[in-house]
Amino acid sequence: MAPTPLRDPSPGSIIPHMGNLSQGRHTAEHSSAIVARGLVVRRGKNEVLHGLDLDVPSGQLVGLLGPSGSGKSTLMRAIVGVQLVESGTIAVLGTPAGDPSLRHRVGYVTQAPSVYADLTVEENLKYFASVLGTDGDAVARAIEAVDLTRYAKTRVSRLSGGETSRVSLAVALVGEPEVLVLDEPTVGLDPVLRRDLWALFARLAADARTVLVSSHVMDEATRCDRLLLLRNGDLLADVTLPELFERTGADDADQAFLTLVERTEVAR
Amino acid sequence: MNVHRTLATSARVLRQLRHDPRTLVLLMGLPCLLLWLIAWMFEGTRVLDQFGPLLLGVFPLIVMFLVTSVATLRERKSGTLERLMASPLGKVDFVLGYGLAFGLVATIQAVVVTTFSVGALGMDMPGPLWAIIMVAALVALVGTSLGLVASAFASTEFQAVQFMPAIIFPQLIVCGLVMPREQMPAALEAISRAMPLTYGVQAMKDLSMSGDPGQIWSEVAVLVAFIVGAIVLGSLTLRRRTA
Repeated sequence: MAPTPLRDPSPGSIIPHMGNLSQGRHTAEHSSAIVARGLVVRRGKNEVLHGLDLDVPSGQLVGLLGPSGSGKSTLMRAIVGVQLVESGTIAVLGTPAGDPSLRHRVGYVTQAPSVYADLTVEENLKYFASVLGTDGDAVARAIEAVDLTRYAKTRVSRLSGGETSRVSLAVALVGEPEVLVLDEPTVGLDPVLRRDLWALFARLAADARTVLVSSHVMDEATRCDRLLLLRNGDLLADVTLPELFERTGADDADQAFLTLVERTEVAR
Repeated sequence: MNVHRTLATSARVLRQLRHDPRTLVLLMGLPCLLLWLIAWMFEGTRVLDQFGPLLLGVFPLIVMFLVTSVATLRERKSGTLERLMASPLGKVDFVLGYGLAFGLVATIQAVVVTTFSVGALGMDMPGPLWAIIMVAALVALVGTSLGLVASAFASTEFQAVQFMPAIIFPQLIVCGLVMPREQMPAALEAISRAMPLTYGVQAMKDLSMSGDPGQIWSEVAVLVAFIVGAIVLGSLTLRRRTA
């Protein structure tokens, strides 16, 4: 029995998600950038996602939070269309995920920095820009956005880990996609950089882009417009932070998550 | 297929190589060194004239196979391939991009090694230079496309390197370098016909015997067919979606 996700804003109530589904479908056409229904993904012998229903509103900064191994990366791979899906549907911008027309519109940053270490920052971006068919200014803008302008001519192998992951992020920005899927982009970065990156994500969302950021650090919840809490491949909650606090009676994100986990375990 | 994206990929691969001067020196210098060793060992004999041209056809296969399988494996491991597969880049663009970049490197290698062998070592080669370089470049493309295919079946660098003896050595043994193919047992001779290197070595042999490049066209045609087949196969091994 899957735990029921929390969707209703009224405090303390748990609405079975079936009741919410028809309504979700209607609004999905207009306001949801990403819609998943009954998504099942198997990796090897393990079923990672067990019939997930999900709506990511467009133009918002949405945090996908959950512990390691909860299925965040798998869900993100499914959204960008590089994951083989067992059953269920997943649509991005109203088109099935992985459709060729989406390759220009969705930016993706994998957990490990996926750039060419033997090229300079600028050479990396120029290559991905020409694959996406964007102009030269986009390269400079993307480097500027991640604050690496002074390292533009430096080879990525000479950069620190945090700088390398920012190069990877810049590559996702260079195509100026409508939907950005970022897998733990702030892990291992210092507090100042984390703050700056979250400010960048907020600016992108304010620019009407949908930004889905995963993290296993619950505190990062405070920086998101909306939260998706994932655990063992099930969606525990789809809420805003104030709603989450109200519902759980907790006053920090970690505690709120623990409360939710305990509740769903009791519900089982 | 998209010409712009294919060329962008080639340019990127070449840029990576440019940042790696040691590999470039090894690519160009090592075959020269090996041929010089042969010339030195068999000084005063015709061994260099007989085997030198055949080696010119063998080096590009080995080198480009290794370079490509390692480079592609790196793309798979580093996540850059996954990123490209989520981008508008076509699979054929990726494979052709690599093929063109390494084909160009192989052509330069052929120019350097041939010039060195003929100029400095005094190798006697009646065939025209352009024909030798063309055959060397085609063999290199065979190596590149086979390397792309092999990398799909390797999940570690150790495995990738092991594919060299698995895929290249059998070709070396039956290609006519070790023993003329006419003297081989019929079964081995038949196997040699299924191997691309056989045609590269045969073309080089023809060019070392006569100055007329007209007789190598059938071998060239077979090499091109192998390249096209391996590029198609290489593209098929790339998956947009993985488990």
